[in-house]
Amino acid sequence: MSDKPLIRIRGLKKHYRGGAIRALDGVTTDIERGEVVVVIGPSGSGKSTFLRSLNLLEQPTDGTIEFDGVNITDPHVDINLHRQKMGMVFQHFNLFPNMTVLRNMTLAPMKLLGKSKEEAESKAAELLTRVGLADRASSYPSQLSGGQKQRIAIVRALCMDPEVMLFDEPTSALDPEMVGEVLEVMRELAHAGMTMIVVTHEMGFAREVASRVLFMDGGKIVEEGTPEAIFDRPVSERLRGFLSKVL
Amino acid sequence: MTCKRWIALLFAVLAIAIAPLGAYADPPESGAATETDAAPSMETFLPDTRQTEDTDAAVTEKTDETAEGGIGWWNDLKAAFKLNFIDGERWRWLVEGLAATLEITAAALVIGIAIGVVIAAVRSSFDKNKAVLRARGGVGYALFCCADALCRLYLTVIRGTPVVVQLLICYFVIFANISEGIPIAIIAFGMNSGAYVAEIFRGGIMSIDEGQFEAGRSLGFNYVQTMRYIVLPQVFKVVLPTLCNEFIVLLKETSVAGYVGIMDLTKAGDLIRGRTFSAFLPLLAVAGIYLLFVVLLTYLVGKLERRLRSNER
Repeated sequence: MSDKPLIRIRGLKKHYRGGAIRALDGVTTDIERGEVVVVIGPSGSGKSTFLRSLNLLEQPTDGTIEFDGVNITDPHVDINLHRQKMGMVFQHFNLFPNMTVLRNMTLAPMKLLGKSKEEAESKAAELLTRVGLADRASSYPSQLSGGQKQRIAIVRALCMDPEVMLFDEPTSALDPEMVGEVLEVMRELAHAGMTMIVVTHEMGFAREVASRVLFMDGGKIVEEGTPEAIFDRPVSERLRGFLSKVL
Repeated sequence: MTCKRWIALLFAVLAIAIAPLGAYADPPESGAATETDAAPSMETFLPDTRQTEDTDAAVTEKTDETAEGGIGWWNDLKAAFKLNFIDGERWRWLVEGLAATLEITAAALVIGIAIGVVIAAVRSSFDKNKAVLRARGGVGYALFCCADALCRLYLTVIRGTPVVVQLLICYFVIFANISEGIPIAIIAFGMNSGAYVAEIFRGGIMSIDEGQFEAGRSLGFNYVQTMRYIVLPQVFKVVLPTLCNEFIVLLKETSVAGYVGIMDLTKAGDLIRGRTFSAFLPLLAVAGIYLLFVVLLTYLVGKLERRLRSNER
């Protein structure tokens, strides 16, 4: 392990319509290994765009992202190889509806990492047990609740042994009583030392689990710091206004 | 060929099944005469009086069995059937024609799907990845632009001209030095079908949630792998009913193969008509066989559809 940051983000910009809309307007930060970074901010502040730019689901207009020392914004870099190391969890789960839970989890390791069926399945079974869904291996996604779907989506990403996990509002599409079970899985993951970047509206989770909180507004990082600093001693007017509305 | 034997058997069953319809083609006076001629003979031959209260159908049946020579319309029909199908083993023409029709349809289907999937993938991936590729620039982008333009041209030309004209052009212009009709017909119908299948698949690809692509890409699959492993299996299920429709159209469209000297099912029926000067039975038999195969195809696709869907629930 090097002491260099896992992800170095410099001057990241994402403009639409030739600059008329600036979803990201120069974001610069480092993500260290083992860090749990929670991104908060009002809707339209660019936090999802920021997260989706990290694995180039959104093509940045300008700026660089170095992942593991490689500039992945260089168009000649094979982004698919680097995406294997960046697990992603979506707001709407995006499980493959025509495959069983097990198949959802083993498809990528088998096709991309060249794992054997047995290898992939034993890893999947182990992860399913960890999230308490071992009995749902042969179910189809349509048979699962929202919370179960999201837990499966998390372990599907984990099957690739990623170095970082990106969470894009993982609990926003869930019924309130299912939020807890998903956050619990994420909490355990954080304690296990996984590097995580989480976009969320769950302030309680941010305060408890985050090692650093980024507050974004207008496509920029307005304030960043430890959860205590952000929630108890907010400096900027905008963060104070935001917290007064959500807390 | 065992395949041909099965077709022969199928045809025989079908011909018998639709034969009674032939009665309506006969002149009306022979039908009227039937009733009056047959009724008295019934009385004399049957000792049991209860039989006289039976329905017309039963009467006819009995008459046919008991009276030597039978009744007029039935005899006419039998004669017509014998003339059209038995004499000179003309039923073999229909069997051969059906074999040609099925061969062209099946092979064109495969070609059509292959062309369709490729074109749909190129077209939809171009629309989706245009921005990224333009940023990368270079030869790849230029090639991709060319491929997309070619696909558009193909769709425009194929969908803009009648299939008969395409078939004639293939036979008399492009492959003018090949006299074998069926392979040319397969290529012509396959290319034609491919254009329609392409748009069916493109519609299917567009109907799949963007999140499925993103999930695939975020796991590290490239675009082609995402298509192959994640999107297309879902697309296939969505487009199956429309695809079945296209197959039905294709099966019936091959009836114009006679234009280039292929004896397909339609041409076979027409040849019999030309030889026997009776249009009704041969053409009805042809129509019946097409209908039978369309029904069969619909049934099979319906079954496949149910199986694919039950997989999910």
